[in-house]
Amino acid sequence: MSNNLDLKKGLNVPIQGAAAPEVIKSVSPDITAVKPTDFAGLVPRLLVKEGDAVKAGSPVMADKQRPEILFTSPVSGKVESIVRGAKRKLLAVLIKADAQQEYLDLGAKAPASADEAKKLLLNAGLWGALIQRPYGTMAKPEDTPKAIFVSSFSTAPLAANTAFTLGGALQDIQAGIDALAQIAPVHVSVSKDSPFGQLKGATLHTVSGPHPAGNVGVQISHIAPIQKGELVWTVSLLHLAAIGHVVNTGKLDLTRKVAVTGPGATRTGYVVCLPGTPVKEITPVQADIRVVGGDVLSGENLGAEGYLGFFHSQLSLLPEGYDREWFGWAKPFRPKVHSSSWCYFSWLTPKKEYNMDTNLHGGPRAFVQTKCFEDVTPMDIFPIYLIKACLAGDIEKMEKFGIYEVLPEDLALCDYVDPSKNEIQAIIQKGIDLMIKEMA
Amino acid sequence: MADEKKPGLFEKGGKLYWLHSSIDAFDTFLRVPGTVTFKGAHVRDGIDLKRVMIMVVIALVPAALFGMYNVGLQTSTLYGLDWGFWNMFWYGLLRMLPLFVVSYAVGLAIEFASAQIREEEVNEGYLVTGFLIPLIVPVDVPLWMLALATAFSVIFVKEVFGGTGMNIWNPALVARAFLFFSYPSSMSGSSVWVSKTWVPQLKGVDAISSATPLAIAHDGAFDAATGAVGQYSFLDMVYGFIPGSTGETSVIAILLGAALLIWTGVASWKIMVSSIAGGLLVGWLGQIAGATTLPCYYQLVMGGFLFGSVFMATDPVTAAQTETGKWIYGFLVGALAVVVRLWNPGYMEGMMLAILLMNTFAPLIDHCVVSVATSRRAKKTQTA
Repeated sequence: MSNNLDLKKGLNVPIQGAAAPEVIKSVSPDITAVKPTDFAGLVPRLLVKEGDAVKAGSPVMADKQRPEILFTSPVSGKVESIVRGAKRKLLAVLIKADAQQEYLDLGAKAPASADEAKKLLLNAGLWGALIQRPYGTMAKPEDTPKAIFVSSFSTAPLAANTAFTLGGALQDIQAGIDALAQIAPVHVSVSKDSPFGQLKGATLHTVSGPHPAGNVGVQISHIAPIQKGELVWTVSLLHLAAIGHVVNTGKLDLTRKVAVTGPGATRTGYVVCLPGTPVKEITPVQADIRVVGGDVLSGENLGAEGYLGFFHSQLSLLPEGYDREWFGWAKPFRPKVHSSSWCYFSWLTPKKEYNMDTNLHGGPRAFVQTKCFEDVTPMDIFPIYLIKACLAGDIEKMEKFGIYEVLPEDLALCDYVDPSKNEIQAIIQKGIDLMIKEMA
Repeated sequence: MADEKKPGLFEKGGKLYWLHSSIDAFDTFLRVPGTVTFKGAHVRDGIDLKRVMIMVVIALVPAALFGMYNVGLQTSTLYGLDWGFWNMFWYGLLRMLPLFVVSYAVGLAIEFASAQIREEEVNEGYLVTGFLIPLIVPVDVPLWMLALATAFSVIFVKEVFGGTGMNIWNPALVARAFLFFSYPSSMSGSSVWVSKTWVPQLKGVDAISSATPLAIAHDGAFDAATGAVGQYSFLDMVYGFIPGSTGETSVIAILLGAALLIWTGVASWKIMVSSIAGGLLVGWLGQIAGATTLPCYYQLVMGGFLFGSVFMATDPVTAAQTETGKWIYGFLVGALAVVVRLWNPGYMEGMMLAILLMNTFAPLIDHCVVSVATSRRAKKTQTA
């Protein structure tokens, strides 16, 4: 156990478009979406029909297998429509907001036992915020984890600065920790000089280093590596504050400061809004701009017509990179393109931020150079062996090489640095899916 | 409707689809692809395999240029022709050009055809292999032999395993090994290392013996007082004014390439350092044991030792892939190469076979390193 972690390996991707710590607007959209697709592995059961009135905190859908897990509306209003995709798969419940917001009273009371704490989360629709490791699926209410981990900061490219977005919510965060501590010991990792260093009731770990030092998975692997048969849960600081807010006020308030970032953003800054807000209400989106919910390494492509997801506290706007540069790979200097490899000259300009786009910068090839994976993976694993075990679907080797400790996001930088342009995150996810299927 | 659209000439269903890998290779050679990310990380590093491979080629350029000059120099000196610098260089360039053309033409043709059959993009690995092969064979090797060796190694060492990235042995070295075992008279002995084809004055002249320092030292002609091996001084060997394969003679040119490879991180410095350490150690032991009178550092400057350590043993595909494994692998390459040199009556150059042997064992080394690490890790998590 270590309370002070200084990680060396990793990479801060130097991309333009960081959000300065100021709120540029507040959005109260007409339509808000509740998306079951935000939750990994969720098969939803709809609890409302078109025309039903809901309050902020009223259940909208539940987990089909565990109906006690509720998913609630972040706003009060009327169910406008139910969007389904192929095979009638539920994609979203659209809610038209009332002019005056009403909150369902969830009861402001600090839970005194694990059961009370779980009940509070289930009823408030915040259970989905608990992620189980291994595998990164939604936590199961019947389980008791070894510990609950929270990373109070993110090192992902252009990530929202939690000291700015949640520095004022210390009371809520403290109440959230106290509630979760009823279930299992809580560990919070903080960056140096963080306002969250004064939190109590949790084991604090100071973590520093380049990305992915802020990833909770990387922190767990150093603090208490997950063995076969063990479970830990993680929750984001954002949702920890929301849990504490319910404890303190009895109201579900998912309002957040969303960082609008990236080289494709017309204006960067923070926008105050709820999850489910249409992307276009948060920021104007120009043609050929990709809107990513989350960071550029492991975020989700929302599309200009999409809605902010439950877990998103950041939008990254990126120009699509259709441009074909003449002899790009052979040019001695390519000032517009960043490379962490010393085959280019980006090392001459370590402070420079790049106007990055979505170009793949190459074609898919077999693995040739693999040391680059180790250089960006600050965990005690052999990335290339884990990746190959996932490709081969070899359960025993995946276990041996640390599949329990990783989620795709922890190896997201491997996607970035690989000269052979393999989809490492997709490969890891495929391995995890196989583990879930085989271990069920 | 999308399915009503007529496929393009080179698209699937088009008339010339069978050429699409080749067209794609030329197209992306000229302009970087306009492909955008569709899953995983949305932004990507500028590095790709083309860039990595071209770095190795650039690193080889000093050795190649010096080698061309040296080809002319050796011919001029041996036959007393008294050419100037530029004549020597032009002679070497013109002698080497057909080798490069044959190596690239044969190798790339097979690469393109294989990529087409596998419906994949053409891999850039051959850019390096094709450049290496002419540098590690005698300059007068008949072109048909070179073509045969290249075809053999590309087909049976690379493509049958699935192309670049999947091969077990270094294809360039296998091409050399193929020549060595199939046509020993053109690949070894003391008369093959200096070019005399194409020199009009030398028509009808019998080959004059031009043994490499390695062979001279093997025969025991080392002068401990002057430090010279036969007529070659130690500095001759460092500069590279000695007979040998085109790329291997100049220590200085090779070190320039090594500096670039280490700086860019394309090749592992751990393999280079440990290989040299292994060679020095065994060379020193051999000196103590009386197997040779040569000081151990002579092993580094003679023959293909340094070229092999820097450019061949470090091939990321066929070398060990774990960092600890690289130390072990490199050390054994260097050690084995010198063992073969010192305790082998017939064959004086051991680098090629040492690297090929260690290529074979690299996966085993990695397996051991990873097994040890995972069991240590299992113990650590149990006590945590």
